[in-house]
Order: sequence, then structure tokens, then C-alpha cells
Amino acid sequence: MKISRYATQWAAKVIVWMGAFSTLAVMIWILIQVLMEGLPLLHLDFFLDSPRQMGRSGGIFSTIIGTMALTAVAIIIATPLGVGTAVYLKEYTRETRLTRLIRFGTDCLAGVPSIIFGLFGFVFFVIFLKMGWSILSGGLTLAVMILPTIISTAEEAIKAIPRSYREVSFALGGTRWQTVARVILPNALPGILTGVLLGVGRSVGETAPLILTAGSSLLVPTSLFSPIRTMSVHFYILAREGISMEMAYATGAALILLILTINTLANWLLWRYVRKKRG
Amino acid sequence: MIKEKFLEKSLFLVALSSISVLALIAFFIFEQGVPLIWKAGPFSFLLGERWFPSQGSFGIFPMIVGSFWVTIGALIIGVPLGVACAIFLCELTPAAVSAAFRPMIQLLAAIPSVIFGFWGLIVLVPLIRNYLGGPGLSVLAGSLVLGIMILPTIISISEDSLRALPRTLKEGALSLGATHWQTIWRVLLPAARSGIVASIILGMGRAIGETMAMIMVLGNAVQMPDSILSSTRTLTTNIGIEMGYATGDHRQALFATGVVLFFIIMGLNTLALVISGRRRS
Amino acid sequence: MSEEAKIVVEHFHFYYGSLLALKDINLQIRARQIRAILGPARSGKTTLLKSLNRLTDLTYGTRHTGRVFLDEQEIYDSQISLPELRRRVGMVFDLPTPLPLSIFENVAYGPRLKGITQKTRLREIVEKSLHAAVLWEEVKDRLASSALGLSGGQQQRLCIARVLALEPEVIMLDEPCSGLDPISTASIERSLIELKKEYTVILVPHNIQQASRVADRVAFLLSGELIEEGPAGQIFTRPKDKRTEDYISGKFG
Repeated sequence: MKISRYATQWAAKVIVWMGAFSTLAVMIWILIQVLMEGLPLLHLDFFLDSPRQMGRSGGIFSTIIGTMALTAVAIIIATPLGVGTAVYLKEYTRETRLTRLIRFGTDCLAGVPSIIFGLFGFVFFVIFLKMGWSILSGGLTLAVMILPTIISTAEEAIKAIPRSYREVSFALGGTRWQTVARVILPNALPGILTGVLLGVGRSVGETAPLILTAGSSLLVPTSLFSPIRTMSVHFYILAREGISMEMAYATGAALILLILTINTLANWLLWRYVRKKRG
Repeated sequence: MIKEKFLEKSLFLVALSSISVLALIAFFIFEQGVPLIWKAGPFSFLLGERWFPSQGSFGIFPMIVGSFWVTIGALIIGVPLGVACAIFLCELTPAAVSAAFRPMIQLLAAIPSVIFGFWGLIVLVPLIRNYLGGPGLSVLAGSLVLGIMILPTIISISEDSLRALPRTLKEGALSLGATHWQTIWRVLLPAARSGIVASIILGMGRAIGETMAMIMVLGNAVQMPDSILSSTRTLTTNIGIEMGYATGDHRQALFATGVVLFFIIMGLNTLALVISGRRRS
Repeated sequence: MSEEAKIVVEHFHFYYGSLLALKDINLQIRARQIRAILGPARSGKTTLLKSLNRLTDLTYGTRHTGRVFLDEQEIYDSQISLPELRRRVGMVFDLPTPLPLSIFENVAYGPRLKGITQKTRLREIVEKSLHAAVLWEEVKDRLASSALGLSGGQQQRLCIARVLALEPEVIMLDEPCSGLDPISTASIERSLIELKKEYTVILVPHNIQQASRVADRVAFLLSGELIEEGPAGQIFTRPKDKRTEDYISGKFG
């Protein structure tokens, strides 16, 4: 029996549709699973109270502070380095062996597993530079992890700026730096910001490297050298050690909401930027 | 003028940061790990089946095998599903629908791995234990979770490759009388092959590098997995679990595991870059 | 009409990599005149203009032999300040290129780069330049609106105003009227005639008719070589070289 091409096509398309929708379904399942159990447990006290009894009760206040502090350090270090690299590659030099090497290195860095960053952060920041388990060690480790993302998005943003803008700026007596500061950076800002938000999202979700570099203290940090626990680390410990499923669900829900907010913000920014370019 | 020169030099130094950091990482990991590989003997380290740090036995072969099986499983699940989604987004839906889908794929990519691990732990593991047997914490659970986690990588790169194909390719095939599906299957997919393969290799890299989710669902028994229902450890989970309390030779052995991982990942990434022929965005 | 030479080009060869774009150019541009550079496409007119204020430096792999003098100073000397040179020798491009800023900020861009930040001074400069570019009346009520909202002709006059804001000595215009309607073209040509009273103007005209309307002296460029140059009247009625004659009469172009 010869199966007609159209029957094959119909069957294939059905399979593809099923594949696409099962992907969507699984993703929604994962999110719903945590949100359903966890959302009802979220109330103001949860956010303002620190964990008690090793996390069996109380809230997640210290972990929120920890997450914010760590992300701040990572962004403050990685953004100038990443944008600076992109500016140099695109505005101060042309394609040479060195620029190709830098791009290759950046791509490799992007592929390094998070646990290796954890090992590195541990031996370099915690031990070698004697920073100990701290916000500083964790933040610097995260900075190094998100650096490739910022470099790529900044480069894309700069590449999108029309060549004529640069030519006009130089023709009007601008120096290279003036052109970068007054034309390139302001116009690349939305793209750069998207990259920064991606970096923030990654910092919030990372766990492995932070356990090895930032410690897991439940206390509210008092300085850059204090050890801290982030929301994702807290979630992991609660789940794995079986300390409290309730608390785990709640923390997980808070984590997902945070990621959702950051992602929505990044998408909104991108949408606005694309619209502005068109109009 | 001096200010300009200063800025140029400074930016040059800044631009060296990514390769400097990469070099630092390699240096410090190797500095800690290589001496131990030498001490234990490279062959007995890589091929030894006994991992008993307290007795000085450092053989990581079970972990290599564990990583291998979990990754293969992840690819078996992730690649067909991912390529199907890419085809779906590129060929089977109007632009508006795929534009709506894309932020959802991005969201999938942004969800922390611990959430995936959690879901695997409370949903998949009991399901596997009750319906298929075994402890539930298994290679199967790991493969399923990992397969889902690598979907965004495979989908976005494969979709990009399909979209980058010249329209004339599709139009030509259709005008020769091919059905839409025949065009997709016999013309478009083969033409986008290098991009799709690159996405698979990158997905593989992500799979091999995943730690947290795997710790949560693999069971972490130091044994060679003999079925998809057995518990096992990967190279990454080995480090993740024991680093908290390892000292001396034990700790160095974990760094040595990191060295092995580093080589595997660098190799995969180079392969992906070579195959795709250009830098992925 | 002054006879002193503002710009002197001496045995100038220009290369893009290994491609010779300008061959042995010898030319003098006199002050306060309009010099038209004529020639078919790809003869090197834009390259010639851009090499007079070293905008060609922005492209990698370019080199030259020969010399170019501005007021008896060699512009390719390493001591020269490029920003300063480009302020003295300004350029308007063939496509209107407003920056994504307000009309005011577009014109104020150059002066700000120079270091002028005082609001009153900037406002003076912007108003004066927009008047000189014959654009003031049309935009005076919306200086803060985006320059991207202007029509093509207005945008091009904005670009002229931008250059004027720097009070250059030489203004170069590379086909400034291409793509513009006849009314805008006429107003730009009118402003050029006004401008030459104070500035030296180098113009790559859109067509020969435009050159005959406004130019004082004309140079004919073909495939990177300067074929002939002289007073406009002489070039258009009694060209010395057959190639010039063929181009003028439209046999090719």
C-alpha cells in the first residue's frame, strides 16, 4: 500500500504540532507546579522576615538581600568591562587576529560549566585573593560568568548603529571618544540594557558557583565580605535536604516571579526599542 | 589628544579581560587538578572504576559513563522535540504566532536549573519509581529533565538556521511539485544541517555542564549505571556534592575532574564554532 | 573675487588598499569661489572631497602620495589635529544624515564637541546657522522636535546648517541635492551663492546644469584623473580636452 505524499505530510505535521505543544505544556506544567503550591504562601511577612530554624519557618528576607547584593556586584563589575570590550572591538580597531581571538575566548567563556566557575571562584577569589566566602567572591565569580553575555549583546547593539552617524560625528570635528560617548553609547543603550537584564536574570538563578564562593549563611549580610545565601541557593538547600517542602515551594514561587519580572522587563525594553527604530 | 590615547589604551586592556579570565580559569583549575592526575596516574584516573576518596582511590570512569548516558538521553529527548519546535515556528505558523512563542522559549531558558531539578524531584522521580521501578532517582529522570533544559538552545539556533535559508530554496522545491512537508524534510532541513548540528553540539555542552538539576534527580550513587533506572553520578555532580567537605588530595581530585570537564567542553565548543563557520549571536 | 589659493593639491595619488582611486591630482581651490568637481560616477569625486579633510582616514588600508595644503599647511602632517581640520573644512554628504536628536541638538552638535556649552551662545549659533541654510523660518517653532520628522530637503538644509555652525573656512558638498525636489534644490543653490561670499565652496553637482548655474571654476575628473580645469564659462563653451567636451555634451555620463 503506497502512502500518499499528502498522508505523510499530514502525519508529519501532526507530529510536529504535538511536539511543539508538548514542549509548551511541559513548560507550563513546571511553572504551574511550583506557583500553585507556592503562591498562596507568599505574603508580606515572608519577604520581610529572615529564615528561622534553618529555614523551617520565617521568611526569606536575608536571601533577598543576598541575591540583590550579589547581582549588584556582578553587574557593576561586568557591565563596564563588557561594554568597554564591545566598544573597543567595534570602534577602535578593525578585524584582526587579535579581535578574532578575543571573540573566540568570549565564546569559550560562555560555554564553561557553572561548576567550573565555582571551582575557579573558590580557588581564586576565596583562597588566593583571600576574600573568603563573601558577597565579593560570589559577585566577582558571577561577573565573570555574565561577561560574555554583556559583550555579545553590547556588540550587537553597537553593530546596529548606522555607519553614517559615525561619519557625521567625525565630519563635524568629533574625536573617537566623543563619537562613542555622544552617538554610539546613547543609541546602543537599549540593547546594552537588555544584555544587562539577561545578566541579572542569570545571576538570580545561578546556584552551583555561589555555594562554593558565597557560603550559605542565613544572616543578613553586614558588609561585602559577609557570606550570604541567595534565594536560589536557599531553595536548593530546602528542597534537597528536605527541610521544609512548604518553604521550598514558597521560595521557588518567589524565585519564578522574580525571573518572570526581569524577563518581561527585558522583552518590554526590546519591544520599545524595536518600535522606536521603525518609527 | 592625550585623553584620547589614554582612553584607547584603557579600552584595549579592558578588551583583553575575557581572554585573560579564561586563561586564569584554565591556569588555576589545572594548577590544582593536574598534579593529582599525574599522581594517581592518568589511566587509572580516567578509567578507574573505584572512587573511594577516603582510601585514596580516584577513578572517575563511572562518572564519565554517567555523564555520557545522561547526555545521550537528553539529546534523544531534546533534539527531536527541539527541531520539531523549530520547524513549527519557522514553517507551520504565521509570524505573529511564532513571535508570541519566542518570549516563552526565552522564559524557558531563563528558569533556574534548580527549579527544573525540583520539578524533576517531586514529579518525575515518584512517577518513575511507581510505574517503572527502581529508586526513581535515575538516569531516566536526569535525561528527561536535561532534555527539557536544552530545548531553548536547540530551538533558537535551529530556527535561526532555518530562517537564514534563502527563500528561493523553498520556492524552488515547491514549484517543482514537492509538498510542503517534502520541502521541509528533504530540502530545508538538510540545507540547515550545519546550524542544526551546531545547536546539538551546544546543547550537548550545556547538558554535560549541568550540575544542580542533576544533583537533585540522579541519586548520586557512585556506580556504573547498568540501566536507565539506576542512580548514578556525573562529572559535574561529583564535584558539586563533595566539594563542600573535600580536603587535600580529595579536593584536588575534584579539581582534576574539573580539568577533564574543561577539556570536554572546550572541545565541544570549538567543534560547534568550526561547524557553524561563524560566531553565533 | 579673491585670487589667493585656499587649498592646493600637489601630485596627489590616493589608494584604497591596492586600488588606485586618484591619479596625480594637481588642483588649486581659490578662496571665496564655488569650485565644481564634475565627472561620471565612480571617477573619484567623493574620494577627492573626503581626502581634503581626511575623512578617508576612517577607512582602514588607505594611503596616499603627494601633498595637500590648506592655507599653506600640509594637512597630512602628523601634527595636525584632525577634529580641527574637519571643523575648518566641513562636509555635507549626498544623503541627508540627521542624527537621531532634535533639530536644535543636531545643529548644536558640532559646537558642543568644540566645548561650547553656554545655552545662550548655542542658541545664537543655531539660529544664525539655520538662517544661513535658509531653514530658520520653517523650523523656528519646533526646534525641540526630532530632526527625523523633517522632509528630505529640510534635512539636507539641516546638514548644511550643522556644518555652518562650526564656522568653517571651506564647505564641501557632495551632490547635496540628489533626491530633492526642484524647489529645495533651488533654495540650496541660492544659499550656495550667498555662502561663497564668506566661505570657499567645493561642490560635486548633481548634474552639469547645476554646475553651470552656480560654479565659478570647474574641474573635470574621469577615472581618478584630473582631465581639465578652468573657469566655468570656458569649460562649458570651449573645453580643451575632447573627453571633457564629450562629457559636457552628454555623449557619456
